[in-house]
Amino acid sequence: MIFNEQAECLSRSGLGELQGKRLKELVGRVSACPGFYREKLAASGISTGSISSIEDIRKLPFTSKDDLREQYPFKMFSKKIGQIRELHVTSGTTGNPIVVGYSQEDIDLWAEVIARSLCCAGALPGDMIQVAYGYGLFTGGLGLHYGSLKLGLTVIPCSSGQTKRQLKILHDFKPRILACTPSYALYMAETAREMGISAAEDGWEIGIFGAEPWSQAMRKEIEQRWGMSAIDIYGLSEIIGPGVACECHYKKGLHIAADVFYPEVIDPKTLQPLAPGYPGELVLTPLTKTGMPLLRYRTRDIVSIDYSVCKCGRSSPRISKVLGRTDDMIVVRGINIFPSQIEEVLLAIEGTEPHYQLVVDRGRNGLDSLEVLVELKDSFFSDEIKYLQNFENRIAKEIESVLSVGVKVRLVEPKSIQRSEGKSKRIIDKRNI
Amino acid sequence: MKITQLSVFLENKKGRLYGAAQVLGEAGIDIKALTIAESEEFGVLRMVVDKPQEGLKALKEKGFVASITDIVAVEVGDHPGGLADVLKIFNDHDINLEYMYAFVEKNADNAIVVFRFDDPDKAIAVLSKNNIRVLGKKEIESL
Ligand SMILES: [Zn+2]
Repeated sequence: MIFNEQAECLSRSGLGELQGKRLKELVGRVSACPGFYREKLAASGISTGSISSIEDIRKLPFTSKDDLREQYPFKMFSKKIGQIRELHVTSGTTGNPIVVGYSQEDIDLWAEVIARSLCCAGALPGDMIQVAYGYGLFTGGLGLHYGSLKLGLTVIPCSSGQTKRQLKILHDFKPRILACTPSYALYMAETAREMGISAAEDGWEIGIFGAEPWSQAMRKEIEQRWGMSAIDIYGLSEIIGPGVACECHYKKGLHIAADVFYPEVIDPKTLQPLAPGYPGELVLTPLTKTGMPLLRYRTRDIVSIDYSVCKCGRSSPRISKVLGRTDDMIVVRGINIFPSQIEEVLLAIEGTEPHYQLVVDRGRNGLDSLEVLVELKDSFFSDEIKYLQNFENRIAKEIESVLSVGVKVRLVEPKSIQRSEGKSKRIIDKRNI
Repeated sequence: MKITQLSVFLENKKGRLYGAAQVLGEAGIDIKALTIAESEEFGVLRMVVDKPQEGLKALKEKGFVASITDIVAVEVGDHPGGLADVLKIFNDHDINLEYMYAFVEKNADNAIVVFRFDDPDKAIAVLSKNNIRVLGKKEIESL
């Protein structure tokens, strides 16, 4: 079922028109209200007159996470605090956290996009959902809650934790849908095994997982252990929380609610837009939010985008699973590379997460070289050199097919890759640039 | 009468061979024969030892990647053409030889050579038919 066919099945031109109209209104709104954006736009001479189509978004300034930290706590809001209905706070590792404020319209929008996501994942009105995301300052729990009510589901607001109680509820209530972080789904599978609960018989049919990056290999494991369909949902508190984008059952990218969250994919170094299919930083502009409007917010998440119509009937563009963070990016021979791309390849070959390291160097001829060190595991050791060399070549070919850059793979002894705080140091860049 | 070979993965870095040999020495494992096969960046140390299972355990405990494989130890006449005689048998019977290396020790007047085949059982049958002596585990241990 498609929750909002009008919005989710728009033609490309219809979508562009709507986005353009909404962008103009957004520029009008932020210009009318004293604060961060009014000054910024006035300084660069931008007014509603500057916006005649969605393409004109490129005239607008970007907004960064640091901008939001500096406006702590309420200076990004365009409404008086009394007109803000809900506040959420993201956990910041350094400095001030980021505070996000939702007007009533924003909460309605949140419920709308989550209801779309739930339908996208396969939920139907009347289904029961166990929400095991945290309820609180973190946006996961309440977002799923509002959307479930909007769609007409029966909500069990478990929040996260108390795993045994979660599993008793699963066993006794038999909800069809689970929403939580993917790692918690795996953790619960382990506890279910200890408790003697049959994951295949009692398990949820659909899992909606987000709030942390997860690989295809992890999806496979969750689906096998729970006998469920594991769906990826994407979002971030600054934009609205979960519900920005969500996979349909074809799992060929996440349908993004582009009529309300305008997506751009840019090269994080040059800030220029990238063609569909190329991985880059996702930049989002919530076109209709009123509590805390944002222009061209740099998410630091790396995705690619696909504008083709999906087999499910939705024409809303699809973003890839998050491939990494901008901080992880390296540029080799002009091509942007993310360690997660290599990790995906290795996971598919090994069946489990191996340790690896990327070494980038520049030869005397000025050409960059990329070497991938992979720790050898007992299970694929052979006493024959040619077998090991074939293994190296196989890994190299698979990586090259994903990166479009030649690599050299070198097998190394286990635990020989330097670990820092439990995680391996993934990239060694020996170039002096 | 297959015997067991112990193989260890070694990066071509200073001290790695010494490290492996030291682990075996400390575990009281006696190396009877060894060879190293190398690529550009790594090598595989292959050994015949008196207690291969214990050697494997000791190496793995110290974080080495190691495995055991079946190989065949054969007595070869210690005279010109001795090895050629044996290799001819493999050739005549289409037996695929992966690699070979020799023991330092002798058994009476004969040299001992170990062979790695993709089908060791077939190789042993052919060798026996041609009156080539294949050595058992006990004999290797007592060398
Ligand atoms: Zn779809």
